[in-house]
Amino acid sequence: MAFLDKHKAIETHATLLMVLSLLVVSIGGLVQIVPLFYLENTIEKVEGVRPYTPLELAGRDIYIREGCYGCHSQMIRPMRDEVERYGHYSLAAESMYDHPFQWGSKRTGPDLARVGGRYSDEWHQDHFRNAKSVVPESVMPPYGFLFNREIDGRYIENVVRTHAMVGVPYTSDMIENARADFLAQVDPNGDSSGLQSRYGAAAVPNGADVNVRNFDGQPQLTEADALIAYMQVLGTMVDFSTFTPDASR
Amino acid sequence: MCAKKVTQKPTEVKTTGHSWDGIEEYDNPMPRWWVWVFYATIVWGIGYTIAYPAWPLISGATPGLLGASTRADVVAEIQRFDDANGPIKARLVQADMTTVSQDAELMSFAQNAGAAVFRTNCTTCHGSGANGIAGKGYPSLLDDDWLWGGDIENIQTTIAHGIRNTTHPEARWSQMPAFGADGILDRPQIAEVVEYVLMKSGQDHDATLAAAGETVYLDNCAACHMEDGSGDIAQGAPNLFDAIWLYGGSREAVTTSVVNARFGVMPGWNDKLTEDEIRAVALYVHSRGGGQ
Repeated sequence: MAFLDKHKAIETHATLLMVLSLLVVSIGGLVQIVPLFYLENTIEKVEGVRPYTPLELAGRDIYIREGCYGCHSQMIRPMRDEVERYGHYSLAAESMYDHPFQWGSKRTGPDLARVGGRYSDEWHQDHFRNAKSVVPESVMPPYGFLFNREIDGRYIENVVRTHAMVGVPYTSDMIENARADFLAQVDPNGDSSGLQSRYGAAAVPNGADVNVRNFDGQPQLTEADALIAYMQVLGTMVDFSTFTPDASR
Repeated sequence: MCAKKVTQKPTEVKTTGHSWDGIEEYDNPMPRWWVWVFYATIVWGIGYTIAYPAWPLISGATPGLLGASTRADVVAEIQRFDDANGPIKARLVQADMTTVSQDAELMSFAQNAGAAVFRTNCTTCHGSGANGIAGKGYPSLLDDDWLWGGDIENIQTTIAHGIRNTTHPEARWSQMPAFGADGILDRPQIAEVVEYVLMKSGQDHDATLAAAGETVYLDNCAACHMEDGSGDIAQGAPNLFDAIWLYGGSREAVTTSVVNARFGVMPGWNDKLTEDEIRAVALYVHSRGGGQ
């Protein structure tokens, strides 16, 4: 193994050492990363997952702004205790329209990947205003100010357009109607047929209709509406009664 | 240290040839044990990629000789517990809910399984002691006051489908009119009926207003809450003449209820819990003290 004794040539030549190091690291990176982009089973096909509605997207932005990911994960790992507590383990497809994904790595609070539908809107209102009022042991800070911050969705079309640019399949129809859909989702007495035709059961194979409610319990449209709308859709897109996991994974 | 003589003879090992301020550096080879451990890790690494899923191919990665799969592992582990509890769960699913309490073994299982389900899913609203949150619309499950019925079948139905949610078609449903906000009653009438309810529930009240409130009550409230105030479990209408209040029994709280109405929502659980889990938690709740 005489070539092993030649390392002195590399060690004493800074440029050569750098070039060869880069080569080694590049090969490692390429082998690990490139296949993720072409392997079909990186993200298995799952029915029901749809892009977020404009209101949910706004709620997601608030979730990120407030740093919720610092204490809450959105990733149920395939372990018995997690599956029994939170529900079916998370699938890659469920966060494929998240840019960036909110998997998180810290659980001061519980995982939120399937929090949608577990609590009433009213519970979320109480909980955001003062978490201790419903969960005495909670250390979550109050977020009552969200109920005072009115939003009107004036920039939501740009937000949706930006997500379309990074690969979320928002159609031009969805982008053009972003603000209308944004407002329609919090108006249970209004006409939400356009919203449903773009995001609801009719538009998504094996999907469900979009929740259209007054999420924050107030007449005005606030950040709390958006955040609760986002909470209530988390983990509810896939119908696990009809889902069969891909055996090859 | 510095003054100590170098015991090794300089001729045995070559130096690197550099000299800094007269200090030279030996060019010793790496220790043999270190080199062999290094080679061993390389061999181990190659072996690992053969044993476990690793190398990317055209349509997937190599599965690995050991067949490791976290998904299969979690399914197998859950299956192991399901198998262990399988027979008794099957018995629970087939049992007549009204007579389960006579079967000590089944009841013991349901109590423990139900308690686990309750702690995981129900405590966030109903409290870890099932005593609800007073005045906030999360009812106590320990008393014998039931909005939608406290017998075992009604409890099971409520858990399975929930109340006033939009996701479960069979959810229990009723909606109180917002007597103030929708202009059904005017302000004096609301004040009167509130005093009447306060009087009937044994609280401080204005006797004149309360007397006038009886007519308002009978015309507007008695259809659901009944003339004797006992409520109607078919519509989830609470008893108004007792001391148990879902949203508080103060003058302010009752007025708010009349003006804006209440619309308490409970999620349905039959899409998140299995049939045996729903039955177990229903039996657990039923046995908390207030079950009828």
